[in-house]
Amino acid sequence: MQRKTFLKAMIASAAVALTPVLASAQDPIIVGEINHYKRMAAFAGPYKQGIELALEQTNEAGGVMGRPLEFIFRDDQGEPGEAVKIAEELMTRDGAVMLTGTILSNVGLAISSFAGEKGYVYLASEPLADSLVWAAGNKYTFRLRSSTFMQAAMLAEAAAKTDAVRFATIAPNYAYGKDAVAAFKENLLKLKPEAEFVAEQWPALFKIDAGAEVQALERAKPDAIYNVTFGPDLAKFVRDGTDRGLFDGRDVYGLLSGEPEYLDPLGDEAPEGWTVTGFPWYDLTDGPDGEFVAAYQERFDDYPRLGSIVGYMTVQSIVAALEKAGSTETEAIREAFEDLAVDSAMGPITFRSIDNQSTMGAYVGTVALRDGKGVMVDWEYKDGANYLPSDEEVMKLRAAE
Amino acid sequence: MSVVLETRGLTKAFGGLVAVDNVSFQLQESELLALIGPNGAGKSTCFNMLMGQLPPTSGEVFLMGEKITGLKPRQIWRKGVGRTFQITATYSSMTVVENVQMALLSHNGRIFRFRSQAHRLYRKEALALLDMVGMADQADRHCAVLAYGDLKRLELATALAHEPTLLLMDEPTAGMAPKERIALMQLTADIVRDQGVSVLFTEHDMDVVFAHSHRIMVLNRGALIAEGSAAEIRANPMVQEVYLGGGTVFGAEEHADA
Amino acid sequence: MEFFVAQILTGLANASSLFLVACGLSLIFGVTRIVNFAHGSLYMLGAYIGLTLMETLPGHVGFWGSILLAGIAVGLIGVVIEMLVLRPVYRAPELFQLVATFGVILVIQDLALMIWGPEDQLGPRAPGLRGVFRIMGEPIPKYDIVLLIITPIIALALWYMMARTRLGVLVRAATQDREMVGALGVNQAWLFTGVFALGSALAGLGGALQLPKGGADLLMDFTILTPVFVVVVIGGMGSLPGAYLAAIIISVLNVFGVTYIPQSTLVLMFLVMIVVLMIRPYGLFGREEVAGEHGQVGEPEEPIKPASRQTRLIVAAGLVLLALLPLIGSNFALVLSTDILIFCLFAASLHFLLGLGGMVSFGHAAYYGGGAYVAALLVTWTNTPMELAFLLAPFGAGLAAIIIGWVCLRLTGVYFAMLTLAFAQLLWSLVWQWQDVTGGDDGLVNIWPSDWLNNNTAFFYFALLFSVGGILVLRHVAHSPFGYALRAARDSQRQAEATGIDTQRVKLLAFTFAGFMGGLAGALFVFSKGSVFPNELEIVRSFDALIVVFLGGVKTLAGGVVGAAFFKGVEDILTRFEYWRLVMGLLIIFVVVVAPEGIVGSLRRAARRIGLGKEQPS
Repeated sequence: MQRKTFLKAMIASAAVALTPVLASAQDPIIVGEINHYKRMAAFAGPYKQGIELALEQTNEAGGVMGRPLEFIFRDDQGEPGEAVKIAEELMTRDGAVMLTGTILSNVGLAISSFAGEKGYVYLASEPLADSLVWAAGNKYTFRLRSSTFMQAAMLAEAAAKTDAVRFATIAPNYAYGKDAVAAFKENLLKLKPEAEFVAEQWPALFKIDAGAEVQALERAKPDAIYNVTFGPDLAKFVRDGTDRGLFDGRDVYGLLSGEPEYLDPLGDEAPEGWTVTGFPWYDLTDGPDGEFVAAYQERFDDYPRLGSIVGYMTVQSIVAALEKAGSTETEAIREAFEDLAVDSAMGPITFRSIDNQSTMGAYVGTVALRDGKGVMVDWEYKDGANYLPSDEEVMKLRAAE
Repeated sequence: MSVVLETRGLTKAFGGLVAVDNVSFQLQESELLALIGPNGAGKSTCFNMLMGQLPPTSGEVFLMGEKITGLKPRQIWRKGVGRTFQITATYSSMTVVENVQMALLSHNGRIFRFRSQAHRLYRKEALALLDMVGMADQADRHCAVLAYGDLKRLELATALAHEPTLLLMDEPTAGMAPKERIALMQLTADIVRDQGVSVLFTEHDMDVVFAHSHRIMVLNRGALIAEGSAAEIRANPMVQEVYLGGGTVFGAEEHADA
Repeated sequence: MEFFVAQILTGLANASSLFLVACGLSLIFGVTRIVNFAHGSLYMLGAYIGLTLMETLPGHVGFWGSILLAGIAVGLIGVVIEMLVLRPVYRAPELFQLVATFGVILVIQDLALMIWGPEDQLGPRAPGLRGVFRIMGEPIPKYDIVLLIITPIIALALWYMMARTRLGVLVRAATQDREMVGALGVNQAWLFTGVFALGSALAGLGGALQLPKGGADLLMDFTILTPVFVVVVIGGMGSLPGAYLAAIIISVLNVFGVTYIPQSTLVLMFLVMIVVLMIRPYGLFGREEVAGEHGQVGEPEEPIKPASRQTRLIVAAGLVLLALLPLIGSNFALVLSTDILIFCLFAASLHFLLGLGGMVSFGHAAYYGGGAYVAALLVTWTNTPMELAFLLAPFGAGLAAIIIGWVCLRLTGVYFAMLTLAFAQLLWSLVWQWQDVTGGDDGLVNIWPSDWLNNNTAFFYFALLFSVGGILVLRHVAHSPFGYALRAARDSQRQAEATGIDTQRVKLLAFTFAGFMGGLAGALFVFSKGSVFPNELEIVRSFDALIVVFLGGVKTLAGGVVGAAFFKGVEDILTRFEYWRLVMGLLIIFVVVVAPEGIVGSLRRAARRIGLGKEQPS
């Protein structure tokens, strides 16, 4: 017993020795940011620039609570185990007040589980998995970006307005793809009970056999197709499908396909006529999103991707939470995030206290070609608040808590 | 005297090629029996069937009257048959004495033991065996650095570890200097005499064969063509035909039998 | 019927790139015995270089010229790799070159990122070949038809080269018997370089040729690697006709799989491979490997001895220091040390298999990840208390190892390695796609230890106890009769069998034991992180362990542990820099070239040279 007390005393004194004595007014407030800078460089790069822009603006305007805001960016190589280790380092050694970041859902879920267990606030900026705020949700994890469910619901709403009855789906064969198909089905059948699903294709992620998938879809003779593939899979699918006439006379709905990250690599082969969720920065001139686009282009000599605005809004959300909390204590920040209203670059959003999901929306529009590049036309910003399940359903989903 | 090893109509065909053709012979207790023949006569094939490395196409093998055809090498070994290989097979990452200890561990059923330290077990017995082949002074040397003749002697010590009733030696002196050959065969003959082990061996060196074997069998194209004492074999015209007609002379052959 | 024909045509067109890359790999293996893991990277380079050339060279000539030039350029890169990285290590222990090629992968990944940037590039269309031909009414892309014609032509050209030219004769001779080439008076080094260049050029060609069907991205090196290995193994390592046939089988089967069992896409390929190897252990056209071909190349391992009193004291002192870490180190130091300890146990379990048993497993992550998943599944679905789940996990992994080992041990050498890889991939596919049970890519979360363990200090001691304990057990078993029998089976299976040792049983038990220990490491991992995802079962995880074992020193008892501790530590530092993969890759290559006996082996040698330690008895 005595030895134990001694040990505890030793540990405590060591901990005191290693933490900065008392934060002075000029010491920066540190936020730990974990991402896949190497593994998903094309996505993480623009996202980081969005953060940097917002940080510069914040600190020029006097920082947060009179202190500068600083992010420490760390690369987790896309490995959940590595991310958890880094999270620990950021919180206990680097003096971060909270955590944010990640694009990949699995890494986000790992950090979320860790944050919930250790009692650290984690703002999941980009990961899409529904379970992050529902089945595996916890009170320390908040999510900014509109989730798989929300974006699928937006496309289902659009699909329900057409005459199409026979639907086919194609999605990468892993958690995200399956969630995206399930959410689309659920929402579509709610709005159009007569809809039927005549084919479901599940190519392995990044190993699509596009010719075979297109043939299989064609064989089912659907009225409409719902696509969840992305990245190199999407490029191959679009090219083979266009060549073989799969999309002729059919409605196609593409989840995320309109985001510059995915649309731009397709160049002049962008699939015209698809209904997609994405980010039409080229048409944003006024309003908060327009201001963001202008500032971003001026600062970086580059155009923003979806990740850029998410990064920007991540900082906006954190700043709002810190200001509301008036403290850098974990519990204060956590409480501040609940029902936090943010005047974000996409307009007003709220972090719902019921499931810690923000009401950030998405832009839905149609793909067209402009100057040899794919763009979204006839788009509309859909408020995420309208595409979330009812409170009762959410309560059921978050039963674990 | 009792029969230690007997084959009846032992035959092995590889496709159309009959490598060993209806070979029947007996090996008596405490006998040193040589199996000779030109290259490709089927000596090694015959040996591999005796030891269970190859299943015979037809025919049977009996050890002390018990049928052992179809048994695996390790099962035949457990019945008291030791063997040495034409190309030495030792554990090159171990010391000399550990090589012998390995066979002793196996003999005493201690292979699947996890608690004890192997290098402490049966060391005394292993040293005695090494002493028998004159290798005791090299016991703790790394096996990989041994001279070829020493490896052959080590192999012999290993083969004797479980006190076999029968020893099968496939070209025991291949690749050794003439002086060493005589010494090794003398050693073998002494062991046969002292311990009552029966030995069947194949050999190219006719000096070795004629000097030490009690009886000689001659194999040609898979079939036994002659059998008898050294003098009888020397005088056999068919044997002379095989060796001289085959373009080789007694004692001049060095190639390994494939 | 029309649909059927169209499907076969699609499959044949898909076989094109797969065949080119696979036959390059097969060729290189046949002659040099190197399993070139960097082959996917060469394919990726072919795609990027082809793309860059196509952007500058116009028209038909430009397009096809670019493909040809990309092949040549990658061939030249192959020459550089062979001469700088592989030539110095041909005499190194078995499969050591493989580690060097892994270093090359890392270097090429970062170089490609620096040169071509992170964004996916869509391949340009072949001029005049946009659109489809109608064959029996079914639309078939024009470029598919071109690929259908080009591939057999290249295959025939290769066949002609093998059958009719002097180089072909030499390559065939070398594939059958390496010594023979030396006897023919040929400079072996240049033959190896030439073959490596040819194999690389084929990979580059494959990368450039697929551009109109896809494009270039930074993940394509690993994406192609698994199917290519599957094709080479099914066809028979070193056989070109085998590679051709296997590429077609896999591609066509895949097309039908997509149509009739769309969920199967990942698993199908590995099932085919396992079935083929069960029936034909050396692939369709492969020949049996001569025993010892992959046995102990280079100097034989030295006899092992239990650690001396001096060594024991040093290790004990080290452990005491480690045990004091919670008093002197930061919180993060504890977390990092826990990670390193777990990884050391994982590496030590592989080293047991690899070093003592001579069994090169490319799929050891199956047991590490397997153990982690067993614990996580128990906790998630049956609410098993943490302590019980932790204890059951290694048994689950051991059970998997018995089954997998029973099948794989019918084979030896590279085929054994490939089959272990196939099983690990099968397990990974299963976990990745069976979302209802395993959570798929979203993994299993909230797998935390019981309260008494749920802080960094307590868990550090827990990991210290089990990792060090596990490593000591592994080490003790190495000295036990069983460990000796395992080495005996490795050194001379013939002699072991001829002295009553059931080598298959010994090997299977060793395989199971290594799996058990890997599972223990996995169980520690899952409770230290609180979650588990399919990437703990991925090839990359198997390679992580393989690399540190080789770099630490296969032929030394401490190699696995030292390698693991060193590289995990270095990795933690390096990953803070932007181009860390480049540095890591160069570091691996550097160790391979400078210290072919691994870190421990080379240190021991150096110590002897300056008169420390025991002189090698000679």
